[in-house]
Amino acid sequence: MSLKILEKFKDPELCKELLKRLQAELDGEIRFMEVCGTHTVAIFRSGLHSVLPKEVVHLSGPGCPVCVTHESEVNAFLELAGKENVIIATFGDLIKVPGDKGHCLKNAQADGARVEIIYSPFDSLELARRNPDCTVVFLGVGFETTAPTIAATVLMAKQEGLKNFKVLSFHKLVPPALDVLISDPETRIDGFILPGHVSTVIGIHPYDFIGAKYGKPAVVTGFDPVDILQALLHMVRSSKEEKPEPINQYLRAVSEDGNPKAVEVMYQVFETADALWRGIGLIPDSGLEFREEFSEYDAKKVFDLDIGECPPLPGCKCGDVLKGKMNPEECPLFGKACTPAKPVGPCMVSTEGSCAAYFKYKVD
Amino acid sequence: MSSDKVLLDYGSGGRASQRLISELFVKYFANPELERLNDAASLKLKGNISMSTDSFTVDPIFFPGGNIGSLAVHGTVNDVAMLGAIPKYLTCAYIIEEGLPMDDLETIVKSMGEACKEAGVNIVTGDTKVVPKGMVDKIFINTTGVGEIIADPGPSGDRATVGDAVLVSGTMGDHGLTILGTREGLSLESNVQSDSASLNHLLIKLVQEIPDVHVLRDPTRGGLATTLNEITVSSNVCCELDESSIPVKPEVAGGCSFLGLDPLYLANEGKFLCILPQEYAEKALEIMRADKLGHDACQVGTITDANPGKVILVTPLGGRRLLNMLEGEQLPRIC
Repeated sequence: MSLKILEKFKDPELCKELLKRLQAELDGEIRFMEVCGTHTVAIFRSGLHSVLPKEVVHLSGPGCPVCVTHESEVNAFLELAGKENVIIATFGDLIKVPGDKGHCLKNAQADGARVEIIYSPFDSLELARRNPDCTVVFLGVGFETTAPTIAATVLMAKQEGLKNFKVLSFHKLVPPALDVLISDPETRIDGFILPGHVSTVIGIHPYDFIGAKYGKPAVVTGFDPVDILQALLHMVRSSKEEKPEPINQYLRAVSEDGNPKAVEVMYQVFETADALWRGIGLIPDSGLEFREEFSEYDAKKVFDLDIGECPPLPGCKCGDVLKGKMNPEECPLFGKACTPAKPVGPCMVSTEGSCAAYFKYKVD
Repeated sequence: MSSDKVLLDYGSGGRASQRLISELFVKYFANPELERLNDAASLKLKGNISMSTDSFTVDPIFFPGGNIGSLAVHGTVNDVAMLGAIPKYLTCAYIIEEGLPMDDLETIVKSMGEACKEAGVNIVTGDTKVVPKGMVDKIFINTTGVGEIIADPGPSGDRATVGDAVLVSGTMGDHGLTILGTREGLSLESNVQSDSASLNHLLIKLVQEIPDVHVLRDPTRGGLATTLNEITVSSNVCCELDESSIPVKPEVAGGCSFLGLDPLYLANEGKFLCILPQEYAEKALEIMRADKLGHDACQVGTITDANPGKVILVTPLGGRRLLNMLEGEQLPRIC
């Protein structure tokens, strides 16, 4: 697709027209939650947040993979980072995430741990090949978007017989988390803007339950302002239906069935398991663990790591923010005890978290 | 030189050091003051003096558009010039890792000499240390520069005034993306290259022809966003930027989008930011655009009293958002 065509999805005039249509078709308040952190940032960075009609209430969801990585999982990274002859391979945005004692991989690095920032999981295989005396542990964090590539990396390691490569799998699955959020009687979510990247892998049908079971609209969408505004229009229209089906606005990237090959690779290596979500807690069948036949790559088993639940952080309201029950600015710690320089809770941890986005971008 | 690699001997202070200095540094930095090889330099300076120092530890040391040597001259020359000064003299100190290929060192020293010639400055004193392998990453260079301030009143970060125009001399983020892309071996668009250059000749023209330039700054580490935040805090004013006016090369915008980075936070090494009364904006832009280092210059915003100490970005949609100071370093994200 040419850059010129892609520019259309940022076109300010088209956005203004869509805003007018949105205003005209609204017949009351609509509270939408965008699940994905990239959408959160897109909504703020484009200035959309400040020009949406006041009836459109924006809630940021749990779709930032860094935000939902549980403190006990971060503690496990830190435990491994302190071990001799271990190299931690990670995507950049995990290295500032604090565990329950406030330490992060950046501190561990300053204390002498080897932490390498990589751009693709395949780079961690190269690290393992170049460092045969060390064990390279890749931090497997993320949603359905990244899990297939990581599974493919494991398959490649097995094919090569690479013994010094392991993965700490803390992957999370999006649909089970949405089920928990929407079924909570205290949440007031009228519809979801669904993560386009995740749907390139899983397609749109795993979200059928949102309309069928809860009667709420859900739109898979891209990351430009035109995408988001179109998605909101779709949402307003389909909120009038009794059992709306999920809509695919992101047709240029997402097919209805996603990428079955990627899903197959993901489930060849991993199987679903219960997972801990930071700020939310345990969600059944919302994570990915190694299948038995790949256990030699499972850092949890190889290093005998104990991942236990930590007590909640005193005063932190991130759980309520992630569930759409509270606006970031209503949290008593926001901008005071909790800032991007010294984040307390998950929503302030990542640049894609909702509290971080409010802190970073909101004018008044 | 007798070896193809830098040995610890070259930092010993003995004959090997002397050979390194005379056959390499003095050869490429040639000027009468340095050639005296005294313990210190004797300088001719008058009036108010601008002085700045910087240490260069860039990885990789060679990158499209320059290397650590030329960068060490450009960076300090630009810092000195941003006070409305004519840079005159530089010092330079090398800390070299044992084993650095002599050819690499020569390339760096040579390009440093060439950059000085272009900028019209002399390296008048220096120092060389060689440290055991692993103690530094290949080579670190420190440069200190001095120059004579000719602007009166001189530009300063605390002089931005409500009603002023905010200008940039060209596209943002070229250097930062080049360094990141080269460091990580990413195959970015082939024409992304560092903008590293000495801006002093253009800056001198500007301060000579515009009666009162309020602020000059080079948006290096932290980029345009961080630099503007420093200025709005120092001057207790608000800067309102028009996002559509900020020049960013399409290949830089594309690379940033791919890596999840923001070009407004990426370093520039051959661009400057100029804040001055709106009535002089057109004239300043004419001067900049007439120079090859400023032909993409444009006005990107204005200084207001709306939110003192803040930078506000007005997006193409007409939305408004904060453009905060960079917290830590920009890191590519998971998805």
